[in-house]
Parts: sequence; structure tokens; C-alpha cells
Amino acid sequence: MAEVKTAEIKLPPLKKLTNYPEKLAPGHRLCAGCGASIIIRQMYMVANALGYELIWANATGCVEVCTSIYPYTSWKSPWIHSAFENAAATIAGVEAAYKALKRKGKLPTDKKVKFVALGGDGGTYDIGFQSLSGALERGHDFIYVCYDNEAYMNTGIQRSSATPKYANTTTQPVGSESLGKPQHKKWMPEVAAAHGIPYVAQAAPSHWKDFMEKFKKALLTEGPSFINVFSVCPRGWRSKEEEGILVTKLAVETNYWPLFEVENGKWRITYRPKNPKPIEEFLKLQGRFKHLFKPGMESKIKELQDEVNRRWEWLNKLEQLSREV
Amino acid sequence: MRPEVIKEVTYVPYSGNMAAAEAMRQINPDVVAAYPITPQTELMQFFADFVANGLVDTEYIPVESEHSAMSACVGAAAAGARAMTATAGPGLAYMWEVLGIASGMRLPVVMTVVNRALSAPINIHGDQSDMMGARDQGWIMLFSENAEEQYDNLIQAIKIAEDERTRLPVMVGMDGFVVSHAIDRVRLLPDRAVEEFVGENKPMYSLLDVDNPVTHGAVAMTDSYMEFKRQQREAMLHAYKVIREVGEAFADVFGKKYEHIETYKTDDADYILIIIGSTAGTAKAVIDKVREKGVKVGLIKIRTFRPFPYYDVMDAIAASNCKAIGVFDRAETFGGAAGPLFGEVATAMFLRNKHYPMIDFIYGLGGRDTNVNHIEEAIDKVMKLAAGEEIPLVNYLNLRE
Ligand SMILES: Cc1ncc(C[n+]2csc(CCOP(=O)(O)OP(=O)(O)O)c2C)c(N)n1
Ligand code: SF4
Repeated sequence: MAEVKTAEIKLPPLKKLTNYPEKLAPGHRLCAGCGASIIIRQMYMVANALGYELIWANATGCVEVCTSIYPYTSWKSPWIHSAFENAAATIAGVEAAYKALKRKGKLPTDKKVKFVALGGDGGTYDIGFQSLSGALERGHDFIYVCYDNEAYMNTGIQRSSATPKYANTTTQPVGSESLGKPQHKKWMPEVAAAHGIPYVAQAAPSHWKDFMEKFKKALLTEGPSFINVFSVCPRGWRSKEEEGILVTKLAVETNYWPLFEVENGKWRITYRPKNPKPIEEFLKLQGRFKHLFKPGMESKIKELQDEVNRRWEWLNKLEQLSREV
Repeated sequence: MRPEVIKEVTYVPYSGNMAAAEAMRQINPDVVAAYPITPQTELMQFFADFVANGLVDTEYIPVESEHSAMSACVGAAAAGARAMTATAGPGLAYMWEVLGIASGMRLPVVMTVVNRALSAPINIHGDQSDMMGARDQGWIMLFSENAEEQYDNLIQAIKIAEDERTRLPVMVGMDGFVVSHAIDRVRLLPDRAVEEFVGENKPMYSLLDVDNPVTHGAVAMTDSYMEFKRQQREAMLHAYKVIREVGEAFADVFGKKYEHIETYKTDDADYILIIIGSTAGTAKAVIDKVREKGVKVGLIKIRTFRPFPYYDVMDAIAASNCKAIGVFDRAETFGGAAGPLFGEVATAMFLRNKHYPMIDFIYGLGGRDTNVNHIEEAIDKVMKLAAGEEIPLVNYLNLRE
């Protein structure tokens, strides 16, 4: 596996990072407070700092429809949208073209480029799963970034396999006979890691330094990387626009969204909340969990807390185990 | 057996799959992404061998599905690479969504389709329902009668697709097994000549040009979508000319002429058969035979199915003594009056406001054999139709009834 050289290459301080020219132009149509644009801009800061040009393949979803309405585009980088389920396969083709044309001496530039596939949780966990798995397995040199807003937001807050248990969605709504989505969330980074690729991470834009370090590693990694990034959706989560980063922070501080990475098979938790907060703190800011705060629902919240604890414990074991082997 | 560099025109015993793979070797595309499916599997195995032995410097992506094969071709072509693939039947069906993306983005991808039946019931043998099902996805569609035509058509397809006036993807169909697997005499052209003929790909709006970033596959709302589609229609009209020009250029260099249609003994024909693909070959033999008995039959073979050469077909009919026509369809249109080719020929008549008695023959579905007897039987029906007898609009050949 390719060695990830990270220590030597340092990211500049925040003041400098924010000075680079924006490559996601303002005026896109993402909702106020949407996590996705924050994530993209943080990625650009890293790419700019390290002198990389990003070439994007975007799956269908909020980001795509909000940034590319003809005759406008928000993208000051090469960008392609092909379909909902094939961002990974599309970028594989782009990357293959790059290799072929370089080898044949047909590419004039010697710029540092990196191929990025960007998809929502639907385009990643569900319909795009096959093409993602195929591209990871074949080892294309690209970064897959999933902005996980835990539902199909573009089509109106339908459940996905990334939707947490008991969340209210339009295809599994809360009703007299239903408490919302009946299943727990799929653990996608773990599935990606099972492909044995060089770099996998889970990150959140509230912990921007951690995310940027992870994106930096992915940029410097030869071969496929997968980064799952928590992406607040004020519209779908019924949370306050101005509280997006707060909600994100609480997802991390409650251990609902652990920050970790898997570097060449070594699992590492990259942030440990000193005193993890109870899951309620995260849930109560969001209308999608409102029904859980009615009297008599305590056991459901406990169930979610148990799942958080279980997963956290499991991650700790993985970290410990991979240190030993 | 296979020479690594073909220096001069060479005659070889090749199957359709071998011939198609050989064309791909000589074209030496930048990117090939493919997924195996009978009867195309072999073709990709031949090509994979070329890759494995360094006979091409293609980036070859053995993808996990046909959907991804076409998606990777879309990415590669948008990046300015010459991208090719091949598939068959269900594989083409699985690509369906991405077929429209390739043509909508005006990406010159070239693909062999080894024509195969669609499920259910599952059937791996040849018919043309795959390409007929993909008919309206904006691809230029050529069909080959035999292995050599598949080879020649693929070489021409590159030039047709990449012409600035078209920039449309091209699929070239050959009948599963009867062409893909049967050994035939194939004339191979010299490597250098093919290389020169196809020329350099001059990419437009490459994703790899980071200094001039472009957005591919944007959202088009109600205020612009129709204009894009209208432009695709325009490109198809250009394609009609481009295919002709490329056919003429091919004749200039290699001495074999390709037109939108091929006519066989139509000049003095009283009865005309219209056929796509390998059965045209069988029909030619039958025509020779029945002509000995004084029955004047002619054949129109459709090479270009999209854009459909309406006027070429009508000109050929008008130049004959046509009294009745038999159209051969190797695909169904359930609920339609007759098969898909029948519909096209009927439209051609409408466009010229000139009507001839015409019946349809559905044949060869799922690889069902169509031999000389069946074609004689069909000719018999066309003659009766000309004589004023009432013949059903749709007739099945070699069907157990
Ligand atoms: C094949 C196909 N099925 C369904 C759709 C409709 N569709 C478009 S975007 C979308 C949901 C996207 O959800 P996600 O990937 O989570 O991204 P988000 O919108 O949340 O950003 C769906 C269902 C589609 N475009 N293509
Ligand atoms: S619906 Fe949600 S994910 Fe989509 S743009 Fe709005 S906030 Fe972002």
C-alpha cells in the first residue's frame, strides 16, 4: 500500500487558508446553513494550500442541482455530473483518461491534479454503492467524499440507509403506528475500509482542523480514499439555520459521529470528547426527533444512546486491535 | 496466428468478435471500460489480451457493471479521451440511463453491440431488440451484416463520432453468434492506414484542462432543456452527411464503399425485401436462387438505423419496379402495428407520400434460425400481396404455431 506522507507537509494557519480565492462561487442555491457548501470550501482550502487542482464528479443531489443550473455554474474547477449512482465510475473514467493521455504525451500541463467524487448519502450508501465499491476495489487514484446529511434531501427528505433510527422522514414518517425509520444507520466508512483501501476517514466540518488534516492525507494518498463527512441539513432535520455547526459539534461531542481514520488498515480515533454528552443534546435541536421527547419515549432515546455506546466501544476495540496486529 | 503489426491488406479467418477486437487494437483507444456478457465476452477477452501483451496503450478498466462501463466512458470522453466499450442485450439495457447521458453531453463514445435478446425468459442468443430498445437514446446506430463490416464500421464510427458537426456517440451492432462467433473471411487493413484514417482525436471542452474549467452535465430547467434536445436533433441531421462523407473517404482509401443502405438487385426488382444485419446475407443467396426462376426480387439492407435514411430507402424503391415490400424485423414492438423497422419504412413512404403494399416478418427472436426456406416463404407472401391477395400485416418466420 502507498505510504501516506503527512507529517512533513503542514497546512498553513487558518488566516492564510481563508485568503485563497474561492473556487465554489457564491450565489449557488444551497439553503442557508447547509453543511455541504462549508465542507466543499474546507476541501478547497486544503487543495489551494497544497497547490492541487480538483477535478470533480458530482452525483445527483442537492449540491449538484444547486450549483449547476444552466447557464450558470458555481464551479471554477472542471466538474462533471453524470447521474445519481455513478459518480465513482465517472471519475474512474476521468482518471483513466488522465493516465492514458499523460502516458501518450497528450497532456500539456504538469499541474498537480486530484480527482474527487462527491455524493450525498443516497448516492453513496444506496444507489451509488455498487459503482463506489467497484472503483475502490480497482484502486483508482481518487478521493470519494460523501456529505452525509442522512436522507435524500434533494427529492424531499426521504429515508436513506444513512438515516438514523427514529428520524422522521417523508417515506417513513412518524405516525400513530410508526416512530419514523425503523433501522439503525449503515456504517459506511467501515464498509469502505473493508475494501482495504489506503485511506478512510470520518470527519465533521465543526472540527475543521481534523477534517482538513484528513482531506490533506487523502490528497497525498496514491489510490482511493473515502471520507464520510457529517453534513447538517437545516431543512431536512428541522434544525435552525444558524445552529448547523452547533448541531454538528454535538454530533461529535455525544459520540454520535465519531471522528476517526483508517490509514493503511490502522484504525485511529482522531478526537475523544473529554466528557461525552448524552445523545439528547444532539437530538433535541432537531425537529426530526421531536416525537422522541414526548412522555413515554425515554426507552427509545436510551436505545439510541446504547447504539452510540456500542459503536464507540467497537471503534475503540478496532483501534486497539489494529495497533496490535 | 494473429500478426502483431499488420503491414498490408491481409485476409484472415476471423469471427465478428475477433474482427471487432482487431479494429479496437488498431484504433488504440485511450480508455476502454467493459463488462462481460455473452455473446460479447469473447471480444473483450481478445482486447484484454492485447492490453496484457502491450499491443495497445489503452487504459483498460474492467468495471463491475455495464452501468459503470458506460459511466467510465462518459468520464473518459468528457476528459478528452477516445473511449470505447462493447456490450450485448441486457448489458445495453443496463446502460440505458447512461446512454442518454453520453449523447446528451455530446460525447463521441464508440461501442460494439453484439445484438442479443432481452429477458424474460432469459436467452443469450441473437436478436436486435437490445438496440431497438435503446433507439431513442440519441446514439448514431449502424448495423453490420458480417464480421468484415463490423470491423470497417467500427473504424468509420470513430471518425463519425468525433467529427465536430456530430459529436455524438455511435453504436455498431452485429448479430449475436451468427456474426460474433462464426468464422468468416475478413479483410484486415494495415495498422498504419487505420491509424491515419481515424486520425487524432481533437477533444472539445476537456475536463483535464484545469486552466479552462468547464461544467459538464449541468441542470437544465424548462427554459433551456428543449433547446439542448433540439440541438441533438440537429447533430443527427449532420450525422447523416458525416456518415456519408466518412463512407466515401473509406472508399477512397480502402476501396470499399459504405452507404446508408446497400441495395442488392433492386434496379429491376418487382419485390423488395428490407433487412437489417446478417439475414441480409442469407437473403442475397435466396434472391440469386429465385431470380434463376425468373422471380425478380431485390434487397435493401439498412446500415444506418439512426439517423434513419428515409429518402435513400424511398429512392431505391422508386428506382425499382416495386409492386410489394416485405420488411424483416428481428425485434418486437409490443402493441405496435408491426416491428420497429416496418414503422420506419412506413414513415419513409409517408414522407414521400408514395405508398406500396407492405407486410412485416418477425423473425429470429432469441436466436431462432432463419434459413433460405423461411426467406423463400416470405418472398412467396410478398408476391401474393403484390397479386392482391390478403396477407396478414405481421407474419412470423419459423414459429411453431
Ligand atoms: C436513478 C435515479 N433514481 C432516483 C433519482 C432521484 N433523485 C435525485 S437526487 C435524489 C436523492 C439524493 O440524495 P442524496 O444522495 O442523499 O443527496 P442530497 O440530495 O441529500 O444532497 C434522488 C432520489 C435519480 N436522479 N436517479
Ligand atoms: S435541503 Fe438540506 S442538504 Fe439540500 S441544500 Fe438545503 S440544507 Fe442543504
